[in-house]
Amino acid sequence: MIRNARKDTLIAYVLIAPFVAIYGLIFVYPTIDMFILSFQDAPLITFGPQTPEWTGLDNYTRLPDDRRFGTAFWNTAYFVLLTVVPGTLVALAIAMGITRLSGRLQALVLALFFLPYILPVSVVYRIWDWTLNFQFGIAMHLFDVLGIDRVPIFKTSTWFMPAVAFVTIWWTCGFSILLFLAGLRAIPTEIYEAAELDNAGRWTVFRKLTWPLLWPITALVLTIQLILQLKIFDQVYLFSIGGRPNDNLVMVYYIYQRAFQNDDGGRAAAIAVVLFLIVIVVSVLNFQLLRLAERKT
Amino acid sequence: MTSANARRFNIGGAIITIITVIAAVLWAFPIYWGIVSSFKLEDEVVRPYIELWPETPTLRHYWFALTQTQIGSWYLNSVATALGVTVLTVSTSLLVGYAISQLRFPGRRPLWWLILASFMVPTQVLIINHFVLIANMGLLNTWAGIILPQLIHPVVIIVYKQFFDQVPREFREAAVMDNASEFRILTKVYIPMNWGVTTALSIVTFIWAWNAFLWPFLAVTRTEMMTITVGITQVSDAFGVYYARQLASAVLAGFPVALAYLLFQRRVTQAITLSAGIKG
Repeated sequence: MIRNARKDTLIAYVLIAPFVAIYGLIFVYPTIDMFILSFQDAPLITFGPQTPEWTGLDNYTRLPDDRRFGTAFWNTAYFVLLTVVPGTLVALAIAMGITRLSGRLQALVLALFFLPYILPVSVVYRIWDWTLNFQFGIAMHLFDVLGIDRVPIFKTSTWFMPAVAFVTIWWTCGFSILLFLAGLRAIPTEIYEAAELDNAGRWTVFRKLTWPLLWPITALVLTIQLILQLKIFDQVYLFSIGGRPNDNLVMVYYIYQRAFQNDDGGRAAAIAVVLFLIVIVVSVLNFQLLRLAERKT
Repeated sequence: MTSANARRFNIGGAIITIITVIAAVLWAFPIYWGIVSSFKLEDEVVRPYIELWPETPTLRHYWFALTQTQIGSWYLNSVATALGVTVLTVSTSLLVGYAISQLRFPGRRPLWWLILASFMVPTQVLIINHFVLIANMGLLNTWAGIILPQLIHPVVIIVYKQFFDQVPREFREAAVMDNASEFRILTKVYIPMNWGVTTALSIVTFIWAWNAFLWPFLAVTRTEMMTITVGITQVSDAFGVYYARQLASAVLAGFPVALAYLLFQRRVTQAITLSAGIKG
């Protein structure tokens, strides 16, 4: 076996070579480059002949007074608030409903709930832009029935975020439902049979058995959702077309705007670094919390 | 007492089942509504009352999309780039997963840390530097330029590693006894034993790549090079809005992935639960 150690190493390097080359080029290098760029004054699209200028911490010190950065930051926080916990609870409720069914009916119901997750964001955008259309949207009939005045939902800043959050939950819920279903399936049925013998009510069974047993999955879903929603861009960008992008900015959208519309690579990179740090901190904290939760159960 | 209780339980259960089924139908209704509207005439679509079925079903919007727009090129671009991303991601991840799982070599730990690190770094923050990189390489508006930055899928490596870890050691030892090369062991034992995972991971990687929006949106400025996911949002009619027409192109964009899901439902479900670190 020892004789093979050198051969093993050689083989391993051959196997990992393509991966290392790709990751070096599109992951390691761009990440380092992002930090460097954030300390420079560098136009992005109009490549000039001059070398980029070093500006120290300027790109960062300007952020607190940047009104658009404030909007982007708070909108992202608002969006996270509107999607993470509500989305998780909706998914849990749906999974509880699906898990009771069996056979073909279960497969069909699951497929109906899961289908949106599989669709491209631009298709989701077209579907909901049509469904919620101010003049011809079918959802507006519901508004009429309920006696609410019709509103051009994606053109008003009050409705915009909640509506996009709603569409996002509809779109991404399928993923969380699958995780919850896997979790529910892992709970042994004997536990429920014992509860039935004790004449425990439905709500009691859920509160005392299902919820605590499912908690590790719930924590996982919350973590995945939180990190996912911090990085939101696509839906906000699409629904802002023809609307008020400056009121609807979220972090990634602002990076895009600074870099590609204002041609300001340095300042855009500084915002990217801030989001990068937020996501890393949240991931690490979550990871620790998950480990704690696992130790408890 | 007990039987009365059981009956209460069943009635409650039946109500929950009915609610679930109704909710499922309502949940998917907007998709149905989008599809149905795409088969209506433009003046039928804007009628002020609800028609759940087109009065005169028509394919004219599909005909228009297929003949008067660049949707054909967009389809080709989407197929080519999604396949490229899938093949490259799955093959490189398989090799790395195998090396990390089965071989001991200097640098194995740093490699593992790199993979876990890329798990945490949101690729969205790298868009500026990806753009500069791809522009400097002269790859904007090319398939290669669309594919390259989409190759960060550490989860595929992690799943492969887990599955290779579970292959019993005896298989490996027997093969080593027979003087089989590492390459043979990989292609004759480890890959065939995990075809299911490879299929599942390939399907979801393809779906992810087909659905990718942000990077393909940035990497392409020429309309004929767009992927369909981006294309249908970027090109609109200069004269007024044609809702049915827009919906028809959306149906065309969503059809391949929806079909892939319906055909390989079990595999997709498996790959997605695996990607979250849960054994499905």
